[in-house]
Amino acid sequence: MTPAAMLVRIARQLRAVGITVLAGGLLTTALVRMSPGFDADERLLDARLDGRSQAAVRAEHSANGNVLRFYAQHLRGMLYGNLGVSPSLRQPIADLIVARLPVTAELMAIGVVGGWALALALALPAVLCRQRTASRIAGTVSTCMLCFPPAAMAVLVFSWGGPVRCIVALVLFPRLFDYFRNLLEDAYARPHIVTARAKGLPPARILLRHVLPACAPQFLALAGISVSMAFGAAIPVETLCGLPGIGQLAWKAAIARDLPVLVSLTMMITVVTQVCNAISDGSSRGAAA
Amino acid sequence: MRRTFAWMVLAALLAASLAAGFLPGASYSKQHRELTNASPSFRFPLGTDDLGRDRLVRLLCATRISLLLAAAAALGALILAVIAGGTAGYLGGRFDRAMVRGIDLMLSLPWLFLLIAARALLPLNASPETSLVVTYFLLSLLGWAAPARVVRAGVRSFHGSDFVLQARAEGCRESRVLLRHILPNLQPVLAAQFWTSIPVFILAEANLGFLGLSASEPFPTWGNLLRELQSPLTVRPEAFAPVAAVALAVLCFKLVSPWGGSQV
Amino acid sequence: MNPRIGKLTYTPRTPCAAVTRVAALGLLFAAAALAQFGGELRFCLHGDPKTFDPLLAEDSNSEAVRYLTGGVLLRVNRVTQEFTPELATSWKVDQQGRRITFHLRHDVAFSDGAPFSAADVAYTMTRLMDPKLHSPVADPFRSSDDMPQIAVPSPDTVSITFGAPVSGLERLFDQVAILSARSPKAVLGPFAVADYKPGVEVLLSRNGNYWKKDASGRRLPYVDRIRLLIQENREIELVKFQRGEIDLINTLDPQDFERLSRQSPSSVADAGAGLESEMMWFNQAAKSPLPAYKKTWFASQPFRRAVSEAIHREDIARVVFKGHAKPSKGPISPANKFWFNSALQPHPYDLASALRRLEQAGFHRRDGVLYDRDGHAVEFSLATNAGNHSREQMAAMIQQDLEAIGIHVNLVTLDFPSLIERMTKTFQYEACLLGLTNLDLDPSGQMNVWLSSAANHQWNPSQPTPATAWEAEIDQLMRAQAGERSAARRKQLFDRVQQIVWEQEPFLYLVDKNSLMAFSPALHHTAPSSIQPQAYWNIDVMQKSTRLAGSR
Repeated sequence: MTPAAMLVRIARQLRAVGITVLAGGLLTTALVRMSPGFDADERLLDARLDGRSQAAVRAEHSANGNVLRFYAQHLRGMLYGNLGVSPSLRQPIADLIVARLPVTAELMAIGVVGGWALALALALPAVLCRQRTASRIAGTVSTCMLCFPPAAMAVLVFSWGGPVRCIVALVLFPRLFDYFRNLLEDAYARPHIVTARAKGLPPARILLRHVLPACAPQFLALAGISVSMAFGAAIPVETLCGLPGIGQLAWKAAIARDLPVLVSLTMMITVVTQVCNAISDGSSRGAAA
Repeated sequence: MRRTFAWMVLAALLAASLAAGFLPGASYSKQHRELTNASPSFRFPLGTDDLGRDRLVRLLCATRISLLLAAAAALGALILAVIAGGTAGYLGGRFDRAMVRGIDLMLSLPWLFLLIAARALLPLNASPETSLVVTYFLLSLLGWAAPARVVRAGVRSFHGSDFVLQARAEGCRESRVLLRHILPNLQPVLAAQFWTSIPVFILAEANLGFLGLSASEPFPTWGNLLRELQSPLTVRPEAFAPVAAVALAVLCFKLVSPWGGSQV
Repeated sequence: MNPRIGKLTYTPRTPCAAVTRVAALGLLFAAAALAQFGGELRFCLHGDPKTFDPLLAEDSNSEAVRYLTGGVLLRVNRVTQEFTPELATSWKVDQQGRRITFHLRHDVAFSDGAPFSAADVAYTMTRLMDPKLHSPVADPFRSSDDMPQIAVPSPDTVSITFGAPVSGLERLFDQVAILSARSPKAVLGPFAVADYKPGVEVLLSRNGNYWKKDASGRRLPYVDRIRLLIQENREIELVKFQRGEIDLINTLDPQDFERLSRQSPSSVADAGAGLESEMMWFNQAAKSPLPAYKKTWFASQPFRRAVSEAIHREDIARVVFKGHAKPSKGPISPANKFWFNSALQPHPYDLASALRRLEQAGFHRRDGVLYDRDGHAVEFSLATNAGNHSREQMAAMIQQDLEAIGIHVNLVTLDFPSLIERMTKTFQYEACLLGLTNLDLDPSGQMNVWLSSAANHQWNPSQPTPATAWEAEIDQLMRAQAGERSAARRKQLFDRVQQIVWEQEPFLYLVDKNSLMAFSPALHHTAPSSIQPQAYWNIDVMQKSTRLAGSR
């Protein structure tokens, strides 16, 4: 591909990402605005507030009432690097995100890497061992872990003095294990792999040169959605364990119907999701070629 | 042998869950307030919960509805994933690009608010069963995006395969090529997605209970039984029985189902 | 200093137990000898403080920081419930409650060394009474639209005159932290905010210029720092306490109390009935979209009394709160020593009486189902906030109790914003179960609940005119007590309000919860209270012995 063609492709991708992000922000604004409880505020139940203060509380909420006007103002602010102030937490949103991003990034990185490592560590012996015992044990462990509530896992790990940051990996690996095992089994059953094994090729060579490339498109697709899965798992873990990350911020903002925070977070997550999926798509195309 | 055993376990589970509703004195809602958090006994084989309700009866009643709904929701999500991901991967081009953006958007949006809005639309006196069906229906509608990506990647990988080219050369319609030739080769991926989704949806139902979705008290579901485990340090060990029940049911289904192969 | 005030969980009755008690006392004195000055005290907040501006604090976490850092003119003692002088040595209320004059303490300095004077009080009150502030601290002072007149006749005297009498004026100053007119960060309380990591912790350091000294002349507080860890999960808070990572738990759940008391009985404290209660009410709002026949039920006093008599309050206290709650006697908890109407008793659990009342009101039972006179089966939904386990348990118990008199109750748990919207805006609910915390001991703090025209008159808010004769009577009584200076006369008037509420049951008060908390054995001079902040209200005199502190 010529450099010019590559630039055009990148520009197209960026345009598509931009449109998707804008659409995501607008849809989030509409979803949150239309959801019940948007105008509700706990302060309205405070018997100390007089009528004027209650009216002021209601007015605060109605300021964000018009979906399009709010969204336009928010976008204008974003162009100047100002994400606004969180009405529920009363702090600048940019500061909140910057302070919390490292916590979530660390949690997700450990989660994705750990989840993949655990899933592969269980799936490979399950596939390679002649006896089905390893596969059965691995499958049973994975299914049991899948059925175990992340919240309970987080508290138990914490109470036993274990690293709470590894819980996302424990939540993620059972969601990946079945995919990995089934893909690897399917790949190992292919005629050329069976031939290679029969001819005595080293297992590592078979795995790295023949099996993994055959499964590469699906593995890379899984890599892309692993990031979304890890973030989904991070939300309850952060919320329940009190880890001050983006997931906890998202949950608090959702409960408080904090529109500016939710829109900013959704746009950020949309960008990250698309970048990860684009990378996995590109790698998958490369692997297939 | 293993399959037979799995069938027997499933049959026993189903029979017990059906019988639980008919046994004299067995009630999932009756509170024995003088026997709260009781340890297992002849009268209460799994003990009682913190309102003195029979854990075993609640677990069996929960099995009836949760298993069915979770499986239906998983199947629904899978069908949507196949339609979206399969057509996107097969057709390619602009349709594929648009679908990919749509999937990424689905993965990023806070669908929690749709679920909250659904709860608001339900009448206050809606039956617990209605509330539960709506919850699983929505989970099914929202749970297709991630597997759609995997299906799409799989379909794309088979797109230029020899057998596909041959099928086309022999005059197969595109839809037939997709449905009869490509998708069967994705069986491992589809099976993995289906079996993973069932417990994931049950846990999602448990989490949604915090927002008032899911069945309300005293109706037992696996989700609201699992919510007891939010305080794992204070509950009795018998409270972990739903985890074992869900795992056992999924494992047995995998053994008996053609999709699960012969393995767990 | 009495190390434990309030109801103890252990009472020895045998000689062997008496010996054990003596030995324990000996250990206590030995431990007191190990108590040191300095060190760091740690406990948890259940969320980030929303503001560090003491005039705007309205959530419990911000109020905690305000309590620890703010100096006030006078304080309501959390144990005796009497006013104690703080920055003001004395005060006088005159002009029928329109004016209050404070005489201030001398030689008091802010944390930055600047001297404290009447000008700072004037500055604080001017800021507080700014109409644009909309603060829950300010609004109770607003008896009229006029701004108060503040006079500073001398540096140690300040006089504040309001446009109209303010009922129970003095007690409002317990919540007003005095600000420095010169520096926004300077404080007069025992601690000052040293650092804040959002989502992680708030660090408070000792105010070296704090005005209070102990009997030996040593400047308080004794500890050097307080670290407030932000932790929403109660299980993890409990685990941290058991590991010695935190020193106290301010509010303990009953299950956790039981668990801790089995492991370490001396670490838990039950201070008896607190100011928190649980209650339910029926939607009687005229504008609610409920069918007319349901509105008729809910407006019927015999119906409400019957429902109340069918609810087993003792069971709720025993099962849900593990015995750490008592059936409610009315809107005021017995913890409120002066204002509680001791003539009231809890509504008894009496199914026969409940059925009789329903029959007299035209209801009848057929095949175990209750019907009204028009043949409608009596069924309603009971809404509560999702995620509150004890409230969901209570709702399930109420559901079973009412089934016994043929009423079918559908439980609906909603997320809190959705519930608030239904309660305050759409009125699309039938019955609601929620908790109530009376932050203010004085009934004037509840004007917005009892006045029929008020927005917080939950069962039928913002009435243009009182819908019933008894609500009109309550309006008249509340206004009368607000304008009355004599405490005895006010008590008489408010006792009558409590009596009416007890009879009419617009709110069905269920249980008054006990104040439960936990203390590390390393802490000394703890004094559990039933009023917030119940575990650390006397934090300036708390000490910590590091040898018993556990790992750090």
